[in-house]
Amino acid sequence: MVKPSSVREDKGIFYKIDWVLVTLYLALVFIGWLNIYAAVYDENYNHIIDLSQKYGKQMLFIIAASLLAMGILIIDPKFFSQFTWFIYGFFLFMLIIVIFSGREVSGSKGWFGIGGFGIQPAEFAKMATALALAKYLSTLDVNISRFRDQMIATSIILVPAVVVILQHDTGSAIVFLTLVIVLYRAGLHGYIPLAFILLPLLGVLSLLMNKLILSGILLVIATGFWFFSNRRVRTVMVIALLFLGSLAFVFSVDFSVNRILEVHQQNRIHVLLGQTIDLKGAGYNVNQSLIAIGSGGAFGKGFLQGTQTKYNFVPEQSTDFIFCTIGEEWGFVGSAILILLYLTLFIRIILNAERQRSRFSRYYGYGVASILFFHFAINIGMTLGLVPVIGWAYTILLFIFIRQDSSRYELV
Amino acid sequence: MERIYADRKYIIIGFFLLIGLIFLVRLFYVQILVDKYILSANNNVLRYITQYPARGLIFDRNDKLLVYNEAAYDLMVVPRQVRNPDTSALCEFLGITTADFNLRLEKARAFSSFRPSIFEAQITRESYGFLEEKLFRLPGFYVQPRTLRKYTYPVAAHTFGYIGEANPDLIAKNPYYRSGDYVGINGIEKSYEETLRGRKGMKIHVYDVLNRDKGSFREGKYDTSSMAGTNLYSSLDAELQEYGELLMTNKKGSIVAIEPQTGEILAIVSSPSYDPNLLAGNIRKKNYALLLADTVFVPLFNRALMAQYPPGSTFKLVDALIGQQEGVITPDTRYPCGGGFSLGNGKQVACHPHPSPLDLIGAIQISCNAYFCRVFRAIIDNKKFLNTRLSYENWRKLVMSFGFGRKLGIDISGELTGNIPTPNYYDKYHGKNRWRSMTIISLGIGQGEIGITPIQLANLAALIANKGWFYTPHIVHAIGRKDSLNTEYSEKHHTLVDPRYFDVVIEGMANVMTAGTATGAKLDSVTICGKTGTAQNPHGKNHSVFIAFAPRENPKIAISVVCENAGFGSTWAAPIASLMIEKYLKREIKRKEIEERMINGNLINGKTIISEGGQGHILQD
Repeated sequence: MVKPSSVREDKGIFYKIDWVLVTLYLALVFIGWLNIYAAVYDENYNHIIDLSQKYGKQMLFIIAASLLAMGILIIDPKFFSQFTWFIYGFFLFMLIIVIFSGREVSGSKGWFGIGGFGIQPAEFAKMATALALAKYLSTLDVNISRFRDQMIATSIILVPAVVVILQHDTGSAIVFLTLVIVLYRAGLHGYIPLAFILLPLLGVLSLLMNKLILSGILLVIATGFWFFSNRRVRTVMVIALLFLGSLAFVFSVDFSVNRILEVHQQNRIHVLLGQTIDLKGAGYNVNQSLIAIGSGGAFGKGFLQGTQTKYNFVPEQSTDFIFCTIGEEWGFVGSAILILLYLTLFIRIILNAERQRSRFSRYYGYGVASILFFHFAINIGMTLGLVPVIGWAYTILLFIFIRQDSSRYELV
Repeated sequence: MERIYADRKYIIIGFFLLIGLIFLVRLFYVQILVDKYILSANNNVLRYITQYPARGLIFDRNDKLLVYNEAAYDLMVVPRQVRNPDTSALCEFLGITTADFNLRLEKARAFSSFRPSIFEAQITRESYGFLEEKLFRLPGFYVQPRTLRKYTYPVAAHTFGYIGEANPDLIAKNPYYRSGDYVGINGIEKSYEETLRGRKGMKIHVYDVLNRDKGSFREGKYDTSSMAGTNLYSSLDAELQEYGELLMTNKKGSIVAIEPQTGEILAIVSSPSYDPNLLAGNIRKKNYALLLADTVFVPLFNRALMAQYPPGSTFKLVDALIGQQEGVITPDTRYPCGGGFSLGNGKQVACHPHPSPLDLIGAIQISCNAYFCRVFRAIIDNKKFLNTRLSYENWRKLVMSFGFGRKLGIDISGELTGNIPTPNYYDKYHGKNRWRSMTIISLGIGQGEIGITPIQLANLAALIANKGWFYTPHIVHAIGRKDSLNTEYSEKHHTLVDPRYFDVVIEGMANVMTAGTATGAKLDSVTICGKTGTAQNPHGKNHSVFIAFAPRENPKIAISVVCENAGFGSTWAAPIASLMIEKYLKREIKRKEIEERMINGNLINGKTIISEGGQGHILQD
């Protein structure tokens, strides 16, 4: 049993890392760089290596990230599990520090400025949280179906998330919640992740639909559950509570959106839900990115031929809206390939996670997949125009897993 | 124990795939199924910049440039880019108030905040120099080069016509025109619009989100270049035209001169007129309103083509020709005249004292009313027709073969038909078959319901000069090149009167000048053949009418002159025609004293029409 792994051990790390994952990573990084180049491309100014341009910085990043990735691969994989709590604590500390001494970038005070580069501790905190969660769940006596352990796991996730909210960066905070997928894999009851999907859906419906009709539909569903249930007192109580809770949720969402939120926030939500069309204000970005992507057609306009992105009709397309460049210049074919690449990456990570002997590695793998997927899904889903550029934090996030994976045959 | 949850990976992977699939479906919809985004993308970045071609030039028959283009500039505004403009300077330059300024800006914004609209049209080159210096301080404003019509001689305004912005009706009807395009509205500019306008070009430029020009779209692959308009060589003699307008100073009326062999119009004057430069560019609106407001002299009314006068005694020539053709008279036919023609009811058509009886030549020379009333009666009471209606219809057909009562089809817009009454008209007026030659006898001496335009009168002179045929009068000799003749007017029209009947009429017309009604207008060096007319005018003093051609052999010019409310044909119209003939044939006027009398003659009750510095017409006592 031990023999094969020791043979592999002898062959060195080069033969043990998952080159498929590394290749996917490199491909996505390269695609990112190519489209940043296209997005800020200017006929009169097109040196490939120019640190004053975004694509120049991105090129520098690729080189530095490669070095960093190699560094991670050299580190003893046990380092991460042994120092998990230190890493978690360190980034939690950084999250707090940044509130007081950070730089404000587009409304959120979550950035450290280092030279021309900005570093956002929240990104690293996600990695640290994924590590911490994996560490906790792999502890021998933890059983996630136990209430006490559920509370501790939830705290590990929520503490950094709350600190991030204090930085006025609600978007990043929500990402932490995606780690519920890890808990689910560890044995958490399926109702909870289901609630994570159903609650936002119910929230959206409560804004879009007449509340009385929605209440009626909820009543019908609850009656259905009651009818088909075993009709024990406890079950009926649960169904009744869920029904009343849903009703309360429906009315409170409507109330908080239309009464408590400020007007501009309300507008954003209405635009997001397609209730108002405001092409010059809050809806501008989404509309323009749709125009950019939609005008790409089946095969796109060709590399550097995009007009919408090149002439800045889509704002910030070199970072957040990079998918617009892909959609416009490479068309449906290019966009679909990109989506498939991402899906391959996620599934590969999960399959790799499953083959881990170390529970720590497995749960961490799920954490990596969850965080990356959430970025991918929320960003493309909201505007059909956002793909995260894989940055420092995600390089580390991913390569720690690749390192863990490479040592999967070692005894735990 | 967590191994038992291993199958949950399928649920998680399934969830990932589901979300991915949703994205793919959405992308497929947005990128392949709908194409509104492609349109929106083009609207975002592409600007279609019209390349306006220069309009064709117009030359006179001696290659003098008459109409040309001068650079003008439209001041354009892109409302979104306007930032704290130096309003005061611009307002002062345009002569508008700050309120006007804001109003215009609002109007432009209502059209589009990021697309250019015209803020001030057709700023002249002189003013542009001043504006250019200010422009860099006015973000959001720029100028678009256009052209402005300019006229070397301030003459022939009605003939040239003018251009103006295409109206919504035209834009809806003709896909060539877009808002802001110019189109010929009147005169040659209208009738030769398609020749003169050339072809617009289109440049497609790419603009970024800040409306900065990023150069040609796809290296100009889809651009079209503009093609300059085609030049016209008109048959107009600028000097003669100018002289004609000078002679018509302070007179209402018109002069039309035609080259008989070709039908080419040498001069066409409608007085009062105006300087055509008044209706070019951004002063047009103001001046047009001023000209339109003058309801006394109606300067915009092109009398040469649109005014319908009874031709008076000039029509006796038509009687003489038709009478011979119908065989009811010969040159030797003599009719007595006892100071008039009795209508049988105690009334009579009066005639002036002259020897009697006269033959045909003598009757033309003396312009005997009684003679031609009898000729007309003979034509209408001709026994070969069963009734008056039939003979009248025959007469009318012959008259219309002279180009009367219908549009000649000349190439200047606005021509009217004139009027040769239909039999139905008389039926209605007198009752069916209740009219006889005596009822309509005034037609015989060119009075009554008959209406003839000056151009038709000039054409009468031309067809007599040609002994029975004419080319449709036209103003454009050649298109594009001087030798590329205007083929539209190469068809000879023959009257229904045999050429042999013309000689005696011409003889009579020659006598008019030497021993007849227009001796005062005779020219020693050239034999003029003419005929005076005095058109009755129920609204005031008679109109003075004269038609002529010269020289008698191989005629070079045929002319009609009408001076409204000027009395006898011999007093004003004949001398003016004679001077025109002298000017055209000799290029120099020997009879200075007649010339001076004609130029200084004031036939508008001592008032003076002056045209001054863009102010249109001012009437002075």
